[in-house]
Amino acid sequence: MNSKNIVINPILELTGVGIEFPTAKGSFKALTDVNLKIEKGEMISLIGHSGCGKSTVLNIVAGLLQATEGGAVLEGKEVNEPGPERAVVFQNHSLLPWLTAYENVELAVKTVFDKSKSKAEMKEWIEHNLNLVHMGHAIDKRPDEISGGMKQRVGIARALAMEPKILLMDEPFGALDALTRAHLQDSVMEIQKDLGNTIIMITHDVDEAVLLSDRIVMMTNGPSATVGEILKIDLERPRSRIEMADDPKYNHYRQQVLSFLYEKQRKVEPLTKPTRGKISAAKEIA
Amino acid sequence: MKNKFTSLPNGLFNRGGSITDDVMPVWMQETIKAIMLPVAGLLFFLLIWGTVAQNIDTSLGKFPGPSQAFQQFKSLMTEHNNEREKEVAFYQRQEDRNVDRLAQDPNFQVKVRRYTGKPTFIDQTFTSLVTVLTGFILASIIAIPFGIMIGLSKNLYAAANPIIQLFKPVSPLAWLPLVTMVVSAVYTSDDPLFAKSFVTSVITVLVCSIWPTVINTAVGTASINQDLLNVSKVLRLKPMTHVFKVVIPSSIPMVFTGLRLSLGIAWMVLIAAEMLAQNPGLGKFVWDEFQNGSSNSLGRIMVAVLVIGMIGFLLDRMMLMLQRVFSWDKQAILR
Repeated sequence: MNSKNIVINPILELTGVGIEFPTAKGSFKALTDVNLKIEKGEMISLIGHSGCGKSTVLNIVAGLLQATEGGAVLEGKEVNEPGPERAVVFQNHSLLPWLTAYENVELAVKTVFDKSKSKAEMKEWIEHNLNLVHMGHAIDKRPDEISGGMKQRVGIARALAMEPKILLMDEPFGALDALTRAHLQDSVMEIQKDLGNTIIMITHDVDEAVLLSDRIVMMTNGPSATVGEILKIDLERPRSRIEMADDPKYNHYRQQVLSFLYEKQRKVEPLTKPTRGKISAAKEIA
Repeated sequence: MKNKFTSLPNGLFNRGGSITDDVMPVWMQETIKAIMLPVAGLLFFLLIWGTVAQNIDTSLGKFPGPSQAFQQFKSLMTEHNNEREKEVAFYQRQEDRNVDRLAQDPNFQVKVRRYTGKPTFIDQTFTSLVTVLTGFILASIIAIPFGIMIGLSKNLYAAANPIIQLFKPVSPLAWLPLVTMVVSAVYTSDDPLFAKSFVTSVITVLVCSIWPTVINTAVGTASINQDLLNVSKVLRLKPMTHVFKVVIPSSIPMVFTGLRLSLGIAWMVLIAAEMLAQNPGLGKFVWDEFQNGSSNSLGRIMVAVLVIGMIGFLLDRMMLMLQRVFSWDKQAILR
């Protein structure tokens, strides 16, 4: 069924990636035999239950974790340390709280374009990127002076400003409310249309995955998690969330992801004892 | 004309509740609280002090109460002023004499002799302050970089930890003889910039007060948010940029906690060191008064106790103000 997922000229290639963590009770195998090829300009979502190792895959690509088996190759070069060509947008924005929005982006720009850009060019580039995420009005605000969604926008601006070959987003909108999330999703789609970034995004949100992605990589449950299925999303761009809601094709994709998550990879977690509920129920009866 | 107090609205008194309930704005109530409660606490303390003091008889007379202490404070101030007048007079006399002699003999080499009066209470206080700040600043200059270093490296921390834990609880009194002997042996210059006693006190203060800053800086540095460390890694920040842009701002609150603890310890240590080593300062003042044993001595020592406490408090407030200036998180409640 993966025949339609043939990628001819991948920018990023994961081959037989596995990782083991040493623990007190012996080693724990989190990932095994993850294979994935990503084309330039593609938007990929990684979806799966929590604890399935989505973040681990992303961290291996970012270079923050080292695979114990196999490896990741970006444009013919093996990834073995973090670097700005694989910029990360972290879940909780991770802006330096003592720097303003401008200074946060500046820190990235200064390290990446240390020699290639003049001071004036840097300033222009920083402002350009902040405007791109519609944060031009809050350039001199510190993270604690702006909302969660705005912080995440600055986080995205910082990542974009590094001109990464691939943009890694670790549940970028997970901590935001639904309306803010929708706004940011639209922003990301817009930016990706204009700049043609290659993006890997981790998400828990089925709608988000279907709406944004070219392909959805669905992961099996851990331990020894791996790629379960890859779903190609063949929907016209630009996609509008309102039209999509009524699109049978969209709903079909949605159904496929849901079926993977809740039928094939149903996660059986032991429910915590509902003691409190029982007591209050008993009281009500009494 | 009517007294304005009688023309207050009746509403003020027409119910049993407190007056402040419906008339005073909230800020005024808060201000009154903020002033009255500490004042009430102080008055209560003075009352207890006064009553208890009356009932304690020592070989030097009754234990000094608040009023005796205040008397002694005034007399210490008078002594200080008298001493200053004498000093001014001394220099004036000397200058007059030199002018006279120059007039008689143009080849006369003018010599200016320093006034060698006994240091007053204020002089001693001032000496103590200079000594404690010197020791504390030197300790901080060593402690902060050292703390950052051991905070950044787990291995270095593991290596340094036993030394820190070993020396942290050592009392200044144990160090003092060693420091005194070492300073006497090593610090031998014909024209010393600082007095030996000053160097001894400074080193003792340094050795004892360095640890809280080291430990707190190390903990602050080691507990930086993992996400921020990841940001630094992804950006491939140079080590120095990493330290100055990420590590130091992030550990500033802990560094200041350490600095405040260190300054408090430095001040306590200094008084003990001065007392034992006969280094000039407030500690020596207390010791001299104790040896002097006049009927005023206990009162004077009580003044010294209060002044020592007051200065310790002011030093801590000073650090708090510095912390407010340096802290990036202006919303944080600092106390």
